[in-house]
Amino acid sequence: MIRIQDLNIHLKDFSLFNINLDIGRNEFFILMGPTGAGKTVLLEAIAGLIPIKSGNIYIGEKNVTKLAPEKRGVSIVYQDYSLFPHLTVRENMRYGLHFHKIDKKLSDQTFDRLVENLNLSYILNRLPLNLSGGELQRVTMARALMVNPDILLLDEPLSALDPAFREEIRAGLKKLHRDSDVTFLMVTHDFAEALSLSDRAAIMNNGKIIQTGSMEGIFKRPDSTFVADFVGMKNLFIAQFRETKAYTGTLEITLSTMPSNGKGYIAIRPEDIVLSREKLTSSMRNSFAGHIIEITDCGLYYETGIMVENIIFKSLVTKSALIDLQLVEGARIFVSFKETAIHTF
Amino acid sequence: MAFILLPLIEMMTAPSFAMLKETIKDKDVVRSIWLSIYTAGSAALISFIFGTPLAYVLARNDFKGKKLIESIIDLPVVIPHPVVGIAILSVAGKNHWIGELINQIGIRIMGSVTGIIVVLTFVGMPFYINSVKSGFESIPPRLEKVSRSLGASMFSTFFRITFPLAWKSMLVGIVMCSARAISEFGAVVIIAYHPMIAPVMIYERFEAYGLKYSQPVAVWLVFICLTLFLILRMLTLHDREKAA
Repeated sequence: MIRIQDLNIHLKDFSLFNINLDIGRNEFFILMGPTGAGKTVLLEAIAGLIPIKSGNIYIGEKNVTKLAPEKRGVSIVYQDYSLFPHLTVRENMRYGLHFHKIDKKLSDQTFDRLVENLNLSYILNRLPLNLSGGELQRVTMARALMVNPDILLLDEPLSALDPAFREEIRAGLKKLHRDSDVTFLMVTHDFAEALSLSDRAAIMNNGKIIQTGSMEGIFKRPDSTFVADFVGMKNLFIAQFRETKAYTGTLEITLSTMPSNGKGYIAIRPEDIVLSREKLTSSMRNSFAGHIIEITDCGLYYETGIMVENIIFKSLVTKSALIDLQLVEGARIFVSFKETAIHTF
Repeated sequence: MAFILLPLIEMMTAPSFAMLKETIKDKDVVRSIWLSIYTAGSAALISFIFGTPLAYVLARNDFKGKKLIESIIDLPVVIPHPVVGIAILSVAGKNHWIGELINQIGIRIMGSVTGIIVVLTFVGMPFYINSVKSGFESIPPRLEKVSRSLGASMFSTFFRITFPLAWKSMLVGIVMCSARAISEFGAVVIIAYHPMIAPVMIYERFEAYGLKYSQPVAVWLVFICLTLFLILRMLTLHDREKAA
């Protein structure tokens, strides 16, 4: 549905380099990356709102690179909502209809359906100034969908909402996506959002796309240190590979596969590292003795740092595990992990 | 406060009511005040037509030399008024090819209404542009982007979104520009002593007949200026209430 070829953009504050991206019809695609990575710039480029240096953008089969934004069938929803302050909710929603030849009956149907689905009937005659964050968000979504866009671009639509509201709108988004054939492209910082909504995702950094794939794949099998770090793979070590063994520092770690290269990285998610008082004699062949050097309270869980020889492993434990295992700084402990939990690249 | 108000109140209350009434019956006075309003209004209209696009470009774009253009726009504010008159005269006078050219197509600058409007536009335009520019700047560009993505052309976006959100600043700009223009004396007196605008007439009456005869005309002029500023204050005040 969206095909981007070798896109380059050079603005004063942001640049994009050689962006290539293919997004299928009715896909829910997520863009992630640190602040300043160029995610919003990419959305605005697809919408035709900023000048591009080189490359091509296709929507469907059509090359839209030089097409005016109003002719692309792309609606954009910004994080700050950007509702027209001088128009009521109803006028905001119907704004796009002035410029589209949509049958009045059909547009009235769409209007009524959106008002009902997004629960907007009680605020239709109000100005945006007097609305709450969640209400603003729903109106913005409704306004974008009124014109039956082929593509909906969402720039961190949920990040300005209360956590309680976020859950609700996220569910609403999922339903909207399922019930329509609109292609969704959404920027988010929230992994839970990304995992629950996305079909596929791309990670951006410094104006480049670093990795594309299923969100779960990216989460479990990052192919660069940047992505590994970004998705919270806290155990990331340089290693030498020999057959199915990886050597890092003085440790010998057993792998489930044979890496093709002699040198690279191993990465293990902190939640895949099991702590125990005794050496585990189970299927986990990687088990090492160490001692705890730090324990950090992260709210719902604790992050512990365990020094094994001269390598620090990070592990996440629950509060009850912390008490059961009597984890305190300096305590001797075993770290174990499955071969299949190890990702090499 | 007293420093500003005392001389004004003193002057306003000096002429008797009968004298004020008599003055406003004087055809010359009415004509000069009307000319003042008319030329200042024209200057504001010209500023509106040419200044609005310029203000929009300056508010929305960042380019090399923008600071320079902004400084040039501010120049008329800092140049002494008679110098403005002389500067315009040096271009529009007979000794300059531009002056020669406009003379040939039948436009007279010296001692004409056209000349007065040129001068007033010159001194009033910066006030209009600066006011409208900050008006445009206060409208998030994203509103325009969203409008475009919803199918509106650039033209429709301007008239449906940008203009309704900026018209207040345009109105303020027009008031500022006309207030500045209506009070101009130094530059006008060099270009056109006749036809006589109100400030020139006040000066002339003062020179020829003394304080007592210039005061009533001044009162009428101040009255008009104050009305203009009152409108301005009301508009900005109304705006602030809305934002609160």
